[in-house]
Amino acid sequence: MRNLIVFLARHYFFLLFLLLQSIAITLVVQHNYFQHAAAVSASNAVTGSMMETRDQVTQYFGLREQNVQLAEQNAILMGKLESAYLNYDTTSFTVEDTLHRLRYSYIAAQVIDNTVSLRNNYIVLNRGRLQGVEPDMGVITPGGIVGIVREVSDNFCVVMSLLHKDSKVSASVKKDGTFGQLYWEWPDYRYGVMVDLPTHSKIAKGDTLVTSGLGDAFPSGIPVGTVMDFEKKAGDKTYTCRVLYTTDFRKLQHVFIVRDLMRPEIDQLKEKAGVKNAE
Amino acid sequence: MLSELMRHGIRFIGLILVQGLILKNLEAGYLINPFLYVLFILSLPFELPAWIGLLLAFALGFFVDIFYGTMGMHMAACTMMGWARPAILKFMNPRDGYEFGMQPTIQDMGRMWFISYAAILIFVHHFVLFYLEIFSFREVWLTFVRVLVSTAATLLLVIITQFLFYRKRESA
Repeated sequence: MRNLIVFLARHYFFLLFLLLQSIAITLVVQHNYFQHAAAVSASNAVTGSMMETRDQVTQYFGLREQNVQLAEQNAILMGKLESAYLNYDTTSFTVEDTLHRLRYSYIAAQVIDNTVSLRNNYIVLNRGRLQGVEPDMGVITPGGIVGIVREVSDNFCVVMSLLHKDSKVSASVKKDGTFGQLYWEWPDYRYGVMVDLPTHSKIAKGDTLVTSGLGDAFPSGIPVGTVMDFEKKAGDKTYTCRVLYTTDFRKLQHVFIVRDLMRPEIDQLKEKAGVKNAE
Repeated sequence: MLSELMRHGIRFIGLILVQGLILKNLEAGYLINPFLYVLFILSLPFELPAWIGLLLAFALGFFVDIFYGTMGMHMAACTMMGWARPAILKFMNPRDGYEFGMQPTIQDMGRMWFISYAAILIFVHHFVLFYLEIFSFREVWLTFVRVLVSTAATLLLVIITQFLFYRKRESA
């Protein structure tokens, strides 16, 4: 007993270090393996409101560019309005549309915190549970995809950016539909790498890549990037492509959170079939 | 004594805010991620008991982790740094010991002493942080480059901050 006390008294500093360090490492491991388990996160109200205040100041610096982007987006949307189409049908009447069911709805959100130069980048948005955001929803801009919602608080959410070591998106070549997996090519925030693209794909430099719709987070057909380069590495049976993202992660301000209205049905079905969510 | 305590308190909060709201979003270039907030640990007084320094480092890491959304990584890096500091101080002990009232700054301890002291501890911090961040055995070499480059960037910021905010202590 005496020896134990002497031992503790002599090595108290190292023991304290071991205790604190094991707490920290445990948290890191938890955070890595159970993405939603973190008790405290950047989505909390205190840092969230601080980031929002900062954003209210800094967003003025990019106003001009944001206006141009929003105007372009308006032009695209106006082209899709009913009034943009000439109506040939003079005996028109309304019917209940049974062929098309609304699957996706979008929640507009502001980026209040964003990084591109870390190994694992996260984005904080000013929308949360009260506005209908849930974990695993996709986040897009009109021109490309941004990431996947990881953690949600009442009024904020944290998005795992595409610029993250764990980011993996199923992307397909627009012209022939062959698909592969898209990862981030650290450390350049502009480029990604697509692997596992089958060699029968008629891919060429400059081809557009879109989301394949195979994951649950993104609708299909949203632009992801353009092919810069592709090669078949020795011993591989597939192509590896270098991809230029269409999203400019340095200039994110207005984004949309994708709400899949049929998600509960799909989840239910998967559970019945015993399929685990691939991620 | 109180003013001394307050100065450290203000530095604690100020550095966390500067790191979490400004430096975090700074795009200095590929692989460059400066973490100026470790200046708090670097400028703890010599006389402070080592275990208090360790607890303070742990707390500092906790708050920075909240801003970065990386639970545990900064805590681990800071704890390692807080543990290494007493050993480094002992190793770099001047011939006649640390004078009472001296601060671990360039102004008090000289350029050579401070830069080697800061560089070693910042390296320890960044090493732990960046390797925990990738959390695998991929990208080992590129991460090492990142440790070196970022250590240099942090060191530069620390030195600049010292020249801006610290004054030579009047002998009183």
